[in-house]
Amino acid sequence: MSMVNILLILPELVMALGACILLVWGAVLKEKALEGVMVCAALILVFAGYMVISLPSEASFAFNGLLRFDGFIMFAKLLILMAALAALILSANWTQRLSLSCFEYPILILLSCAGLMLLTSSNDFLSLYMAIELASLSLYVMAAYERDNVRSSEAGLKYFILGALASGMMLFGMSLIYGFTGTTNFGVLANLSELSSTPVPYGFLTGLVLVLVGICFKISAVPFHMWTPDVYEGAPTSVVAYFATVPKIAALVLLGRLLYEPFAAYIEDWQPIIIFVSIASMIVGAFGALKQTNIKRLLAYSSIGHVGYALTGLAAGTAQGLQGVLIYLSIYMVMSIGTFAFILWMRRGSEPLEDISELAGLSRTHPRAALFLGLMMFSMAGIPPLAGFFAKFYVFLAAAEAGLYTLVVAGLLTSVVAAYYYLRLVKIMYFDEAKDPITGELLLASRLLVVICAVVVFFYFLMPTPLIKTTELAVTWAGY
Amino acid sequence: METHLLSIMIFLPIFGAVAIAIFNSGPNGSASNARNTAFLTTLATFIISLIAWGRFDATDASFQLTESAEWFAGYGINYHLGIDGISLSLILLTTLLMPICILCSWESVKQRVAEYMIAFLLLESFVIGVFCALDLMLFYIFFEGMLIPMFLIIGIWGGTNRVYASYKFFLYTLAGSVLLLAAMLYLYFTFETTYIPDLMNLAPQLPGDVQMWLWLAMFASFAVKVPMWPVHTWLPDAHVQAPTAGSVILAGVLLKMGAYGFIRFSLPMLPFASYALADFIFFLSCVAVVYTSLVALMQEDMKKLIAYSSVAHMGFVTLGIFAFNAQGLEGAIVQMISHGLVSGALFLCVGVVYDRLHTRDIERYGGVAHVMPHYAAVFMVFTMASVGLPATSGFIGEMLVLVGTYQVSQWAALFASTGLILGAAYMLWLYRRICFGELVRSEIKKMPDLSWREIAIFAPLVILTIWLGVNPAPLLDLLHAPVEHLLEHLYAHTGGQIGALRGEAL
Repeated sequence: MSMVNILLILPELVMALGACILLVWGAVLKEKALEGVMVCAALILVFAGYMVISLPSEASFAFNGLLRFDGFIMFAKLLILMAALAALILSANWTQRLSLSCFEYPILILLSCAGLMLLTSSNDFLSLYMAIELASLSLYVMAAYERDNVRSSEAGLKYFILGALASGMMLFGMSLIYGFTGTTNFGVLANLSELSSTPVPYGFLTGLVLVLVGICFKISAVPFHMWTPDVYEGAPTSVVAYFATVPKIAALVLLGRLLYEPFAAYIEDWQPIIIFVSIASMIVGAFGALKQTNIKRLLAYSSIGHVGYALTGLAAGTAQGLQGVLIYLSIYMVMSIGTFAFILWMRRGSEPLEDISELAGLSRTHPRAALFLGLMMFSMAGIPPLAGFFAKFYVFLAAAEAGLYTLVVAGLLTSVVAAYYYLRLVKIMYFDEAKDPITGELLLASRLLVVICAVVVFFYFLMPTPLIKTTELAVTWAGY
Repeated sequence: METHLLSIMIFLPIFGAVAIAIFNSGPNGSASNARNTAFLTTLATFIISLIAWGRFDATDASFQLTESAEWFAGYGINYHLGIDGISLSLILLTTLLMPICILCSWESVKQRVAEYMIAFLLLESFVIGVFCALDLMLFYIFFEGMLIPMFLIIGIWGGTNRVYASYKFFLYTLAGSVLLLAAMLYLYFTFETTYIPDLMNLAPQLPGDVQMWLWLAMFASFAVKVPMWPVHTWLPDAHVQAPTAGSVILAGVLLKMGAYGFIRFSLPMLPFASYALADFIFFLSCVAVVYTSLVALMQEDMKKLIAYSSVAHMGFVTLGIFAFNAQGLEGAIVQMISHGLVSGALFLCVGVVYDRLHTRDIERYGGVAHVMPHYAAVFMVFTMASVGLPATSGFIGEMLVLVGTYQVSQWAALFASTGLILGAAYMLWLYRRICFGELVRSEIKKMPDLSWREIAIFAPLVILTIWLGVNPAPLLDLLHAPVEHLLEHLYAHTGGQIGALRGEAL
């Protein structure tokens, strides 16, 4: 094992370098560069994906143990790249209409994506913090991207202030952990805990809790979810499509790695926290969305609920739970991308529509679009045979096996409440009288994406094996 | 020999639905093409189910026509299908009612015909799937998946208060089903399999308190579906608001899934809990029979009246199932089939006059027999069958259930019999108010008698109702072997407690 194994972060390096080159290109050509930058960014993402696959899937380390790579991390990175690519493709519908010059947008996606990939790889609190800041700074700018729009600026500012607060707490937690153990390395921490037989010092536990708080903020888990509805509502829809998927996948994977590696020995300490956060997220997600009329706010609460379900798997603390989370994230990513593609399509002329009452009678004016959103909603509600059901099934199975019945029953019951608001969208589209038709159009690439989402969500039940096998392998590689 | 008859039966309607979606949906689609495709598909499914009946060996209690394929690799969840006499009889009921439903919506459904037909075909697939599934996961998927088309059928083509009714239907049933899922998860990770025949042998070994919890979780799901008092309140709403064909399929088939769940899961997998909680079921069933019959007496809406009578009739079914003897169980299943035919037909009868007068208010009718003699005759047959008159299918089921119940609990039998009397009261009163009396209203004088299409709809139902009443042997032959097998299973797993009752019975 070489101390500096630069190959392991080659994909991220390529993305960062590519971003720099594209930035120069954009600065020279100004507005004319947009399409080229867009296509190049997409190609870089695809190429990075190829490089990630060609890396070895056995556990290997780089930079003196600061970074780690294995099959589990490979799966997470691929998921991130896929979600980022999908979000980039969707954003083409938005950037072409934007009056601002916006060649920076794909570059920001590249940079934040590189940061989030490093985040999943980090094997030390130092690299973790560096990666999280790299990603967050790009994300703050993205949230405020429509700088002429008050709501977008407000969303960016809110996200920045609360994000900075969370980062600060996390950093404080890390320093506490360092103070009490003398190390920031995950591997050393994991071994330390095995050796020590003394009661765990409170300072260390406080550090652990603060780190968890920081991550809970990033994945918008209750009680650190307050920013989510506002940011979802204010930020441009394409950006929200990115927010709802990529950072959440990365942060949840990181959370999984933290809980299963350095904190594995303290399961009795963190398990109640995760259970509480999970149940609270499911409840707030389900009840918060009931009264929402803005579709983006509604989806914000829905995403809070989904994080709660995903945490159910982690709470189990078993390999199967981790596998369940990976499956959950994969399916959730597909459903979210599909739903946000639909919201991007919701336009009348140049004006984007966000009120759910605008969808009234959609099944008559646009039967296929209505069918598509209906499919996504039933899937998010977890009605079999759609993919969303299986996502929930795996995490609940893992939680039940770990004996967390309260969690399972809470999850099942809140999913009934959540079904109510998903059904409300179906009701508006199918049962209500038609209004002015929606006149949105999607670009060809986005339409292709929509078809893929629909096919995956609908036909997943026919071929569940590949995803199961891959995630199983991923978890085995990680050695949990 | 491996046949794919069951898979074909399940997927043929989906295939028809896809065909309609591709060729006939959208604003330019042809409504008549969609109708024809749907009708031919359901008819073909019916014929396949008859072939399955032909290949079925009624003397064999094990699952037949089985199919299996790998599904969730490494998870021990596989695609298993198979039927016994109980599921076959319910499948035949489903495939028979489906073409009838399509026919009866031929003219009454004018809007979004293609979507309507797609929803019905998907529903048929899921229902057949529920009765064929030999894997818990597969069962659950069909059991829940069915909610989507039914939600849309009630919500899009229903009456004025359809949104409320569709929500209530969906959320009630979903709330029950998720608890079934919890029980399923427990069974799965305890025994690492979801294969139903294996679970039937493994699950009874669970300790008593675990069985109780699992039983209650399953009960939550099945009781809502049956529906049993006091979780029956979604049914009147759903029935009243659903279009005629929706009511027919709801009463005819969907309610049977709850009872089927009791027979397929609760009894064989959790015999101890079933035995311990039988009194509880008896209590709920008796309340259902008496209370909902009284409620039915007071209804002003024809559909609501029949909906309440459904709850009462399903009360007989649950009584019979938990009597744990051959008469009770066979009676319960006969009652299920009979109720499927009769209440389905009664909803069709309501649909016929509703299509003409556009009201379900009993007040607005009277003297219909003068202008619609054929209709009056048909309606009379089904009224009598619903009351349980000898020589109709209703009599066989109710009689067997009462005989079975009497051996276990005289009190329950007593209360259930009052249900029979009340049933006669509300059904005959309904019939009198609609068909007899002075013909005073001018709009009724103009109502035409049954059309040929309507006669074609009713003919098979009338014939079957009377035929099953006179000669129930073909149906009972299907049931003897699996019921006997189930009782032996119960005997073996409860240390003879259930068998003791059965000994008296035989």
